[in-house]
Amino acid sequence: MNVLELTALVGLVSVAAGCLGALTGLGGGVVITPAMVLLLGIDLHYAMGAALVSVIATSSGAASAYVREGFSNIRIGMFLEIATTIGAVCGAFAAAKISPSILGILFGVVLLHSAWITTRGRPAPRPGEHADSLAARLRLNGSFPTPEGPRSYNVSHVKTGFSLMFVAGAVSGLLGIGSGALKVVAMDRAMRIPFKVSTTTSNFMIGVTAAASAGIYLNRGYIDPGLTMPVVLGVLGGSMLGARLLPGAPTTTLRRVFALVVGALAVEMIYSAVTGKL
Amino acid sequence: MTDQQVDEIIGALLRYGVLLSASVVGAGGVWYLLQYGFAPPGYHVFRGEPEYLRHLGGIVSGIPGFHCRRMIQLGIVLLIATPVARVAFSVAAFTLQRDRTYVVITLIVLAVLLFSLGGRA
Repeated sequence: MNVLELTALVGLVSVAAGCLGALTGLGGGVVITPAMVLLLGIDLHYAMGAALVSVIATSSGAASAYVREGFSNIRIGMFLEIATTIGAVCGAFAAAKISPSILGILFGVVLLHSAWITTRGRPAPRPGEHADSLAARLRLNGSFPTPEGPRSYNVSHVKTGFSLMFVAGAVSGLLGIGSGALKVVAMDRAMRIPFKVSTTTSNFMIGVTAAASAGIYLNRGYIDPGLTMPVVLGVLGGSMLGARLLPGAPTTTLRRVFALVVGALAVEMIYSAVTGKL
Repeated sequence: MTDQQVDEIIGALLRYGVLLSASVVGAGGVWYLLQYGFAPPGYHVFRGEPEYLRHLGGIVSGIPGFHCRRMIQLGIVLLIATPVARVAFSVAAFTLQRDRTYVVITLIVLAVLLFSLGGRA
Protein backbone atom coordinates (compact mmCIF):
# COMPACT_ATOMS: atom_id res chain seq x y z
CA MET A 1 0.00 0.00 0.00
CA ASN A 2 1.33 3.45 -0.88
CA VAL A 3 0.56 6.88 0.62
CA LEU A 4 -2.15 7.61 -1.96
CA GLU A 5 -4.06 4.38 -1.22
CA LEU A 6 -3.74 4.78 2.55
CA THR A 7 -4.93 8.41 2.32
CA ALA A 8 -7.98 7.33 0.30
CA LEU A 9 -8.82 4.54 2.80
CA VAL A 10 -8.39 6.79 5.84
CA GLY A 11 -10.46 9.47 4.08
CA LEU A 12 -13.32 7.03 3.38
CA VAL A 13 -13.37 5.75 6.98
CA SER A 14 -13.38 9.38 8.17
CA VAL A 15 -16.28 10.39 5.90
CA ALA A 16 -18.31 7.43 7.19
CA ALA A 17 -17.48 8.23 10.83
CA GLY A 18 -18.25 11.95 10.40
CA CYS A 19 -21.55 11.20 8.66
CA LEU A 20 -22.71 8.66 11.28
CA GLY A 21 -21.51 10.96 14.05
CA ALA A 22 -23.65 13.83 12.78
CA LEU A 23 -26.68 11.58 12.19
CA THR A 24 -26.58 10.04 15.66
CA GLY A 25 -25.46 13.19 17.46
CA LEU A 26 -22.51 11.43 19.03
CA GLY A 27 -19.63 12.91 17.03
CA GLY A 28 -17.41 10.76 14.86
CA GLY A 29 -14.15 11.23 16.74
CA VAL A 30 -14.69 8.30 19.03
CA VAL A 31 -14.85 5.71 16.22
CA ILE A 32 -12.02 7.10 14.05
CA THR A 33 -9.18 6.02 16.34
CA PRO A 34 -10.23 2.38 16.84
CA ALA A 35 -11.08 2.11 13.13
CA MET A 36 -7.61 3.33 12.13
CA VAL A 37 -5.84 1.18 14.72
CA LEU A 38 -7.83 -2.03 14.22
CA LEU A 39 -8.57 -1.91 10.48
CA LEU A 40 -5.52 -0.13 9.10
CA GLY A 41 -2.85 -1.06 11.66
CA ILE A 42 -1.91 2.55 12.39
CA ASP A 43 -0.05 3.25 15.64
CA LEU A 44 -2.36 4.34 18.49
CA HIS A 45 -0.56 7.66 19.12
CA TYR A 46 -0.72 8.82 15.48
CA ALA A 47 -4.40 7.80 15.34
CA MET A 48 -5.18 9.71 18.56
CA GLY A 49 -3.42 12.84 17.25
CA ALA A 50 -5.31 12.83 13.95
CA ALA A 51 -8.68 12.14 15.62
CA LEU A 52 -8.19 14.90 18.19
CA VAL A 53 -7.61 17.48 15.43
CA SER A 54 -10.72 16.30 13.56
CA VAL A 55 -12.72 16.73 16.77
CA ILE A 56 -11.76 20.44 16.86
CA ALA A 57 -12.92 20.84 13.25
CA THR A 58 -16.35 19.24 13.66
CA SER A 59 -17.03 20.83 17.03
CA SER A 60 -16.18 24.33 15.80
CA GLY A 61 -18.11 23.84 12.56
CA ALA A 62 -21.26 22.65 14.32
CA ALA A 63 -20.96 25.11 17.22
CA SER A 64 -20.95 28.07 14.81
CA ALA A 65 -24.52 27.19 13.83
CA TYR A 66 -25.83 26.34 17.32
CA VAL A 67 -24.41 29.49 18.91
CA ARG A 68 -26.28 31.69 16.46
CA GLU A 69 -29.52 29.77 16.99
CA GLY A 70 -29.28 30.58 20.70
CA PHE A 71 -29.25 27.04 22.09
CA SER A 72 -25.75 26.93 23.57
CA ASN A 73 -25.26 28.69 26.88
CA ILE A 74 -21.90 30.46 26.57
CA ARG A 75 -21.64 31.21 30.31
CA ILE A 76 -22.18 27.57 31.31
CA GLY A 77 -19.71 26.54 28.60
CA MET A 78 -17.04 29.01 29.63
CA PHE A 79 -17.33 28.23 33.36
CA LEU A 80 -17.15 24.47 32.82
CA GLU A 81 -14.26 24.87 30.37
CA ILE A 82 -12.03 25.71 33.35
CA ALA A 83 -12.56 22.12 34.49
CA THR A 84 -12.39 20.48 31.05
CA THR A 85 -9.22 22.30 29.89
CA ILE A 86 -7.30 21.61 33.12
CA GLY A 87 -8.51 18.00 32.93
CA ALA A 88 -7.45 17.79 29.29
CA VAL A 89 -3.92 19.06 30.01
CA CYS A 90 -3.56 16.50 32.85
CA GLY A 91 -4.92 13.74 30.58
CA ALA A 92 -2.60 14.67 27.70
CA PHE A 93 0.45 14.59 29.99
CA ALA A 94 -0.66 11.25 31.42
CA ALA A 95 -1.18 9.78 27.92
CA ALA A 96 2.59 9.72 27.38
CA LYS A 97 3.21 7.88 30.67
CA ILE A 98 0.58 5.17 30.27
CA SER A 99 1.25 2.03 28.21
CA PRO A 100 -0.74 1.58 24.96
CA SER A 101 -2.46 -1.54 26.30
CA ILE A 102 -3.90 0.33 29.31
CA LEU A 103 -4.97 3.16 26.98
CA GLY A 104 -6.61 0.58 24.71
CA ILE A 105 -8.63 -0.95 27.57
CA LEU A 106 -9.71 2.51 28.73
CA PHE A 107 -10.67 3.35 25.15
CA GLY A 108 -12.80 0.22 24.99
CA VAL A 109 -14.62 1.13 28.21
CA VAL A 110 -15.34 4.66 26.92
CA LEU A 111 -16.62 3.17 23.63
CA LEU A 112 -18.96 0.83 25.53
CA HIS A 113 -20.29 3.81 27.48
CA SER A 114 -20.88 5.71 24.22
CA ALA A 115 -22.72 2.74 22.71
CA TRP A 116 -24.94 2.50 25.77
CA ILE A 117 -25.69 6.27 25.72
CA THR A 118 -26.56 6.08 22.00
CA THR A 119 -29.19 3.38 22.43
CA ARG A 120 -30.81 5.11 25.38
CA GLY A 121 -31.64 8.12 23.25
CA ARG A 122 -33.14 11.32 24.50
CA PRO A 123 -34.32 11.36 28.13
CA ALA A 124 -37.78 12.65 29.06
CA PRO A 125 -37.83 16.26 30.30
CA ARG A 126 -37.95 16.54 34.08
CA PRO A 127 -39.86 19.10 36.12
CA GLY A 128 -37.72 22.19 36.78
CA GLU A 129 -35.73 22.10 40.00
CA HIS A 130 -34.62 24.95 42.19
CA ALA A 131 -31.29 26.33 41.03
CA ASP A 132 -28.44 26.29 43.51
CA SER A 133 -27.04 29.58 44.78
CA LEU A 134 -23.75 29.15 42.89
CA ALA A 135 -25.65 28.91 39.60
CA ALA A 136 -27.44 32.16 40.38
CA ARG A 137 -24.22 33.91 41.40
CA LEU A 138 -22.49 32.76 38.20
CA ARG A 139 -25.59 33.64 36.13
CA LEU A 140 -25.69 30.17 34.59
CA ASN A 141 -29.49 30.03 34.38
CA GLY A 142 -30.73 30.87 30.90
CA SER A 143 -33.38 30.31 28.28
CA PHE A 144 -33.62 28.70 24.86
CA PRO A 145 -35.91 29.19 21.86
CA THR A 146 -38.94 26.89 21.40
CA PRO A 147 -41.82 27.18 18.90
CA GLU A 148 -43.90 28.70 21.76
CA GLY A 149 -41.26 31.35 22.55
CA PRO A 150 -38.20 31.32 24.85
CA ARG A 151 -38.27 28.85 27.76
CA SER A 152 -36.13 29.53 30.80
CA TYR A 153 -34.33 26.90 32.89
CA ASN A 154 -32.40 26.64 36.14
CA VAL A 155 -29.10 24.89 36.71
CA SER A 156 -28.58 22.48 39.66
CA HIS A 157 -25.60 20.73 41.28
CA VAL A 158 -22.95 23.05 39.87
CA LYS A 159 -20.10 21.54 41.92
CA THR A 160 -20.90 17.96 40.89
CA GLY A 161 -21.13 19.01 37.25
CA PHE A 162 -17.81 20.86 37.49
CA SER A 163 -16.06 17.79 38.94
CA LEU A 164 -17.53 15.51 36.27
CA MET A 165 -16.29 17.95 33.63
CA PHE A 166 -12.75 17.57 34.95
CA VAL A 167 -13.07 13.81 34.39
CA ALA A 168 -14.52 14.39 30.89
CA GLY A 169 -11.58 16.68 30.07
CA ALA A 170 -9.04 14.16 31.38
CA VAL A 171 -10.56 11.35 29.29
CA SER A 172 -10.50 13.65 26.26
CA GLY A 173 -6.80 14.45 26.72
CA LEU A 174 -5.92 10.86 27.55
CA LEU A 175 -7.57 9.29 24.49
CA GLY A 176 -7.69 12.10 21.93
CA ILE A 177 -11.49 12.21 21.72
CA GLY A 178 -14.10 14.91 22.33
CA SER A 179 -15.79 12.93 25.14
CA GLY A 180 -19.09 14.56 24.23
CA ALA A 181 -21.07 11.67 25.75
CA LEU A 182 -19.50 12.28 29.19
CA LYS A 183 -20.07 16.04 28.94
CA VAL A 184 -23.75 15.56 28.13
CA VAL A 185 -24.08 13.18 31.11
CA ALA A 186 -22.59 15.82 33.41
CA MET A 187 -24.86 18.60 32.15
CA ASP A 188 -28.03 16.65 31.49
CA ARG A 189 -27.98 14.20 34.42
CA ALA A 190 -26.14 16.11 37.16
CA MET A 191 -26.81 19.76 36.41
CA ARG A 192 -30.34 19.18 35.06
CA ILE A 193 -29.79 21.35 32.02
CA PRO A 194 -32.36 20.80 29.18
CA PHE A 195 -31.18 18.14 26.70
CA LYS A 196 -30.90 20.41 23.65
CA VAL A 197 -28.93 23.00 25.65
CA SER A 198 -26.68 20.24 27.08
CA THR A 199 -25.84 18.75 23.69
CA THR A 200 -25.19 22.06 21.93
CA THR A 201 -23.19 23.52 24.82
CA SER A 202 -21.20 20.28 25.04
CA ASN A 203 -20.43 20.59 21.35
CA PHE A 204 -19.36 24.19 21.89
CA MET A 205 -17.00 23.11 24.69
CA ILE A 206 -15.44 20.18 22.85
CA GLY A 207 -13.35 22.42 20.57
CA VAL A 208 -11.76 24.29 23.47
CA THR A 209 -11.20 21.08 25.46
CA ALA A 210 -9.56 19.41 22.46
CA ALA A 211 -7.42 22.49 21.74
CA ALA A 212 -6.07 22.25 25.31
CA SER A 213 -4.72 18.74 24.66
CA ALA A 214 -3.79 19.40 21.02
CA GLY A 215 -0.92 21.74 21.97
CA ILE A 216 0.63 18.96 24.05
CA TYR A 217 -0.02 16.31 21.37
CA LEU A 218 1.69 18.56 18.81
CA ASN A 219 4.72 19.02 21.07
CA ARG A 220 4.94 15.28 21.62
CA GLY A 221 4.93 14.60 17.88
CA TYR A 222 1.56 12.74 17.83
CA ILE A 223 0.15 14.92 15.04
CA ASP A 224 1.36 13.75 11.63
CA PRO A 225 0.35 16.08 8.77
CA GLY A 226 0.07 13.34 6.13
CA LEU A 227 -2.28 11.22 8.24
CA THR A 228 -4.25 14.06 9.87
CA MET A 229 -5.08 15.68 6.52
CA PRO A 230 -7.50 12.97 5.23
CA VAL A 231 -8.98 12.51 8.73
CA VAL A 232 -9.80 16.21 9.24
CA LEU A 233 -11.14 16.77 5.73
CA GLY A 234 -13.01 13.45 5.72
CA VAL A 235 -14.71 13.89 9.10
CA LEU A 236 -15.59 17.50 8.27
CA GLY A 237 -17.07 16.54 4.89
CA GLY A 238 -18.84 13.52 6.40
CA SER A 239 -20.45 15.54 9.18
CA MET A 240 -21.70 18.16 6.70
CA LEU A 241 -23.18 15.35 4.61
CA GLY A 242 -24.75 13.86 7.76
CA ALA A 243 -26.33 17.18 8.72
CA ARG A 244 -27.86 17.40 5.19
CA LEU A 245 -29.28 13.85 5.43
CA LEU A 246 -30.53 14.30 9.00
CA PRO A 247 -34.10 15.62 8.33
CA GLY A 248 -35.23 12.47 6.47
CA ALA A 249 -33.02 9.91 8.17
CA PRO A 250 -34.34 6.95 10.23
CA THR A 251 -32.45 8.10 13.34
CA THR A 252 -33.68 5.36 15.70
CA THR A 253 -32.44 2.60 13.37
CA LEU A 254 -29.20 4.50 12.76
CA ARG A 255 -28.60 4.86 16.49
CA ARG A 256 -28.98 1.08 16.92
CA VAL A 257 -26.61 0.38 14.03
CA PHE A 258 -24.10 2.90 15.35
CA ALA A 259 -24.31 1.45 18.85
CA LEU A 260 -23.59 -2.02 17.43
CA VAL A 261 -20.57 -0.74 15.47
CA VAL A 262 -19.23 1.12 18.50
CA GLY A 263 -19.84 -1.89 20.75
CA ALA A 264 -18.00 -4.20 18.34
CA LEU A 265 -15.07 -1.76 18.13
CA ALA A 266 -15.00 -1.63 21.94
CA VAL A 267 -14.75 -5.42 22.29
CA GLU A 268 -12.08 -5.62 19.56
CA MET A 269 -10.13 -2.76 21.13
CA ILE A 270 -10.13 -4.40 24.58
CA TYR A 271 -9.22 -7.78 23.04
CA SER A 272 -6.28 -6.26 21.12
CA ALA A 273 -5.12 -4.43 24.24
CA VAL A 274 -5.27 -7.50 26.47
CA THR A 275 -3.46 -9.69 23.92
CA GLY A 276 -0.75 -7.03 23.59
CA LYS A 277 -1.35 -6.16 19.95
CA LEU A 278 -1.52 -2.36 20.45
CA MET B 1 -22.45 44.66 23.21
CA THR B 2 -25.44 42.32 23.78
CA ASP B 3 -25.22 38.55 24.30
CA GLN B 4 -26.93 38.11 20.92
CA GLN B 5 -24.21 40.10 19.11
CA VAL B 6 -21.48 38.19 20.97
CA ASP B 7 -23.08 34.92 19.79
CA GLU B 8 -23.15 36.18 16.19
CA ILE B 9 -19.47 37.12 16.22
CA ILE B 10 -18.40 33.87 17.90
CA GLY B 11 -20.39 31.93 15.29
CA ALA B 12 -18.67 33.77 12.43
CA LEU B 13 -15.24 33.42 14.04
CA LEU B 14 -15.63 29.64 14.35
CA ARG B 15 -17.01 29.24 10.83
CA TYR B 16 -14.29 31.24 9.08
CA GLY B 17 -11.57 29.71 11.26
CA VAL B 18 -12.59 26.19 10.20
CA LEU B 19 -13.00 27.26 6.56
CA LEU B 20 -9.56 28.89 6.42
CA SER B 21 -7.73 26.03 8.12
CA ALA B 22 -9.52 23.37 6.04
CA SER B 23 -8.48 25.24 2.87
CA VAL B 24 -4.84 25.38 3.95
CA VAL B 25 -4.88 21.67 4.94
CA GLY B 26 -6.58 20.79 1.64
CA ALA B 27 -4.12 22.75 -0.51
CA GLY B 28 -1.17 21.30 1.40
CA GLY B 29 -2.74 17.85 1.06
CA VAL B 30 -2.94 18.01 -2.73
CA TRP B 31 0.68 19.13 -2.85
CA TYR B 32 1.66 16.31 -0.46
CA LEU B 33 -0.08 13.61 -2.53
CA LEU B 34 1.49 14.89 -5.76
CA GLN B 35 4.91 14.73 -4.17
CA TYR B 36 4.72 11.62 -1.96
CA GLY B 37 1.64 9.76 -3.26
CA PHE B 38 3.59 6.69 -4.33
CA ALA B 39 5.94 6.47 -1.35
CA PRO B 40 5.34 3.77 1.29
CA PRO B 41 3.56 5.10 4.43
CA GLY B 42 5.14 4.49 7.83
CA TYR B 43 2.48 4.69 10.53
CA HIS B 44 2.68 1.17 11.97
CA VAL B 45 5.35 2.14 14.46
CA PHE B 46 5.34 5.36 16.44
CA ARG B 47 8.47 7.42 15.90
CA GLY B 48 7.10 10.90 16.57
CA GLU B 49 7.24 13.87 14.25
CA PRO B 50 10.53 15.66 13.46
CA GLU B 51 11.34 18.59 15.73
CA TYR B 52 10.36 21.31 13.22
CA LEU B 53 6.78 19.98 12.95
CA ARG B 54 6.20 20.13 16.70
CA HIS B 55 5.81 23.86 17.31
CA LEU B 56 4.64 26.97 15.52
CA GLY B 57 8.14 28.46 15.26
CA GLY B 58 9.46 25.44 13.41
CA ILE B 59 6.41 25.18 11.15
CA VAL B 60 6.47 28.78 9.88
CA SER B 61 10.21 29.53 9.95
CA GLY B 62 12.69 28.55 7.26
CA ILE B 63 10.76 29.67 4.17
CA PRO B 64 13.38 28.16 1.81
CA GLY B 65 12.56 24.71 3.16
CA PHE B 66 8.81 25.37 3.13
CA HIS B 67 7.16 22.20 1.88
CA CYS B 68 3.84 20.40 1.81
CA ARG B 69 4.03 18.72 5.22
CA ARG B 70 4.75 22.09 6.79
CA MET B 71 1.81 23.63 4.96
CA ILE B 72 -0.64 20.96 6.24
CA GLN B 73 0.76 21.37 9.74
CA LEU B 74 0.22 25.15 9.47
CA GLY B 75 -3.45 24.51 8.60
CA ILE B 76 -3.71 22.20 11.63
CA VAL B 77 -2.21 24.87 13.90
CA LEU B 78 -4.74 27.39 12.49
CA LEU B 79 -7.49 24.91 13.36
CA ILE B 80 -6.19 24.50 16.93
CA ALA B 81 -5.99 28.30 17.18
CA THR B 82 -9.66 28.76 16.20
CA PRO B 83 -11.19 27.86 19.61
CA VAL B 84 -8.33 29.74 21.29
CA ALA B 85 -9.29 32.86 19.29
CA ARG B 86 -12.90 32.29 20.35
CA VAL B 87 -11.87 32.32 24.03
CA ALA B 88 -9.66 35.41 23.50
CA PHE B 89 -12.60 37.21 21.87
CA SER B 90 -14.82 36.25 24.84
CA VAL B 91 -12.35 37.97 27.20
CA ALA B 92 -12.83 41.19 25.20
CA ALA B 93 -16.61 40.76 25.01
CA PHE B 94 -17.01 40.18 28.76
CA THR B 95 -14.73 43.19 29.40
CA LEU B 96 -17.01 45.38 27.27
CA GLN B 97 -20.02 44.04 29.17
CA ARG B 98 -18.21 44.86 32.46
CA ASP B 99 -18.82 41.30 33.63
CA ARG B 100 -15.83 40.93 35.95
CA THR B 101 -16.55 37.38 37.11
CA TYR B 102 -16.58 36.12 33.54
CA VAL B 103 -13.51 38.12 32.53
CA VAL B 104 -11.62 36.21 35.26
CA ILE B 105 -13.18 32.85 34.30
CA THR B 106 -12.35 33.35 30.62
CA LEU B 107 -8.79 34.48 31.42
CA ILE B 108 -8.22 31.25 33.38
CA VAL B 109 -9.35 29.17 30.38
CA LEU B 110 -7.16 31.24 28.04
CA ALA B 111 -4.16 30.80 30.36
CA VAL B 112 -4.58 27.00 30.36
CA LEU B 113 -4.81 26.98 26.55
CA LEU B 114 -1.73 29.16 26.12
CA PHE B 115 0.18 27.00 28.60
CA SER B 116 -0.66 23.92 26.52
CA LEU B 117 0.23 25.55 23.20
CA GLY B 118 3.38 27.28 24.42
CA GLY B 119 4.78 24.52 26.65
CA ARG B 120 7.62 22.31 25.47
CA ALA B 121 6.45 19.04 26.91
